[in-house]
Amino acid sequence: MSLMRRIPPLLPFLLCAGVMVSLQQLMRATGTQYCLTQLTMSLYYAIVVMGLCLLMGHAGQVSLGHGAFFAIGGYTSAVLTTHNFSAWGHSSLGGWLQQGGVLIAKEDVFGNAILTVSPWAAFLAAMLLTTLVALLIGYPALRLRGHYLAMATLGFGLIVSKLLVGSTLTGAADGINGVPPWPLAGSLTVTGKTAARVQNYYIACALVLLLLLLLRNLLRSRIGRALQAIHDRETAANAMGISTAAYKLKVFLLSAWLAALAGVFFTHFTGGIGPSEAGAFKSVRYVALAAAGGMANLWGVTVVSTALNYASLRGWFGSLDNAVFGILLILIITLAPQGPLKPLGAWLRRVLRLRNLSEERLERS
Amino acid sequence: MNPAPSSTPFAPDGPSTASTAVQPLLEVENVRRSFGGLVAVDGVSFRVFPGQIKGLIGPNGAGKTTLFNLVCGLLRPDAGRIAFQGRPIEGWKPYRIARAGISRTFQNPSLFLQMNVLENVMVGRHSRARRGFLGCALRLPGQAAEERTIRQAAMQQLEVVGLAHLAMFPAGSLPFGQRRLVELARALATEPRMLLLDEPASGLNTKEKEDLADLIRQIRDRGITLLLVEHDMSLVMRLADEIVVLHHGARIAEGPPQVIQNDPTVINVYLGGNLDHATSSQES
Repeated sequence: MSLMRRIPPLLPFLLCAGVMVSLQQLMRATGTQYCLTQLTMSLYYAIVVMGLCLLMGHAGQVSLGHGAFFAIGGYTSAVLTTHNFSAWGHSSLGGWLQQGGVLIAKEDVFGNAILTVSPWAAFLAAMLLTTLVALLIGYPALRLRGHYLAMATLGFGLIVSKLLVGSTLTGAADGINGVPPWPLAGSLTVTGKTAARVQNYYIACALVLLLLLLLRNLLRSRIGRALQAIHDRETAANAMGISTAAYKLKVFLLSAWLAALAGVFFTHFTGGIGPSEAGAFKSVRYVALAAAGGMANLWGVTVVSTALNYASLRGWFGSLDNAVFGILLILIITLAPQGPLKPLGAWLRRVLRLRNLSEERLERS
Repeated sequence: MNPAPSSTPFAPDGPSTASTAVQPLLEVENVRRSFGGLVAVDGVSFRVFPGQIKGLIGPNGAGKTTLFNLVCGLLRPDAGRIAFQGRPIEGWKPYRIARAGISRTFQNPSLFLQMNVLENVMVGRHSRARRGFLGCALRLPGQAAEERTIRQAAMQQLEVVGLAHLAMFPAGSLPFGQRRLVELARALATEPRMLLLDEPASGLNTKEKEDLADLIRQIRDRGITLLLVEHDMSLVMRLADEIVVLHHGARIAEGPPQVIQNDPTVINVYLGGNLDHATSSQES
């Protein structure tokens, strides 16, 4: 804590931006720019874990269903931007939506005229649906604690993944392909096209940095303290005037939004999404990554999750992918429940202090 | 002050008709709560008037802590009524009761251990500030000022309990007695009208108890009404204006300390005749 105070507040962000730029430059210099694609995807996955950092690390509520919120965001965008709404085109509602820019006319790969929802409108719809589902699930589930909450959210994730596999609207087991690029503003477009790879890497970097800044502000405020109080002593928090039930629901909703937001960006970036995104393994992986990053440590969680997801996406773990994250979770929980970064930091501080002490002794003698 | 429960403490037209007497701050009427077959609080009634220090005593298992939890909303009464400032509050959630002006400390200091001492007290300011998720995340205008106000107010309360020098220490690193004081500062930070203290002196040494007694009087002088459960007889007899004695969940006596000390029922069932001995040094 005292160490944190001495660091200028924006320094970590500048440092992080510096690392992001140098990584890109390094990949350019070594001719491995294609790796930027996986790095970008890892950054989007990291946003889900940042949400879990808030929910689990700070408010103390478990969720094994955040893969489902990622999928809800991604699938809503994918369905709306690829489904042909031309049947609506002749109705007055369709015309009105077209004028408002919600529906846009274009050609599919076969040259047929189709009518789809614009990416921005689809994004808003995705966030709206996420809000509904999160409130519907969170309201009853957050009355549960510990293992029961974990079970309830796990069940929710399984239901969503089964629905996605079972429905033709979501492309069943194949998922959805051909999701169009998302023009954000001006020439900034979320797309997987090779020409826009560097640009998209920086879009993801900027989004992650922005969210980190907002979440850090949030955690260093009365809201952050209220969440931490619920984590530490729920009864005492309530007796101090904090509406614990409302705060738990709000932070659950916020973390669901972050997961869905990541899902929308991810889907436009990769041009598609599959049902495995909602799977239990994905949700467990997010929890493992949050644990590996120190759960309550926003920076640790972001860095560790980006690095490990990158390794996984580059295929470093081969077919042992899920096993690696499972073992990681077990190791962290048994050996370093506060995450590996905290003991490491304590060890570093001890070493530094010992060196200072020995230097003092040398000076005195 | 008549300790006997009035026949109409919950008159619908309320305070306006009670112009002859002082309006009680807290009214507990025929409150009952059982756990399974065990009746922990069995039809207890009492009133606390503004500016009073009211003591709640009774042997272990008499239902004192249960009664506290009923008043502050951690438990719901099975029957009976509780009113604060004339408004019924039974069945309210604890956070609502806290906002209405009742704050408390716990029998085992219940600090937020991942925070430092100052942050713990700052949590007490929660309901006195307004910025929400968006305002805090975006640092909207006024948020920094509000945060500063929270910090200053929390620091003031730490000064009141004499722990300002420990503000930046992790809450978990403090010894038991100091945790008690941090909890007290946290409760004071909510700016309560009424403060419930659950065995504030247990685990404190003689010197700490003396300081605590001074502090409690200081708090009373600031206009905060106190209700305290306490096992230390000499402390409670010196501090309290009025005492309620509970036994097996029922009120067996109520009155000023001198009356309680000489009440044959109390001496018989609770103090076993040792009361005179325990407090003889304090009698004038």
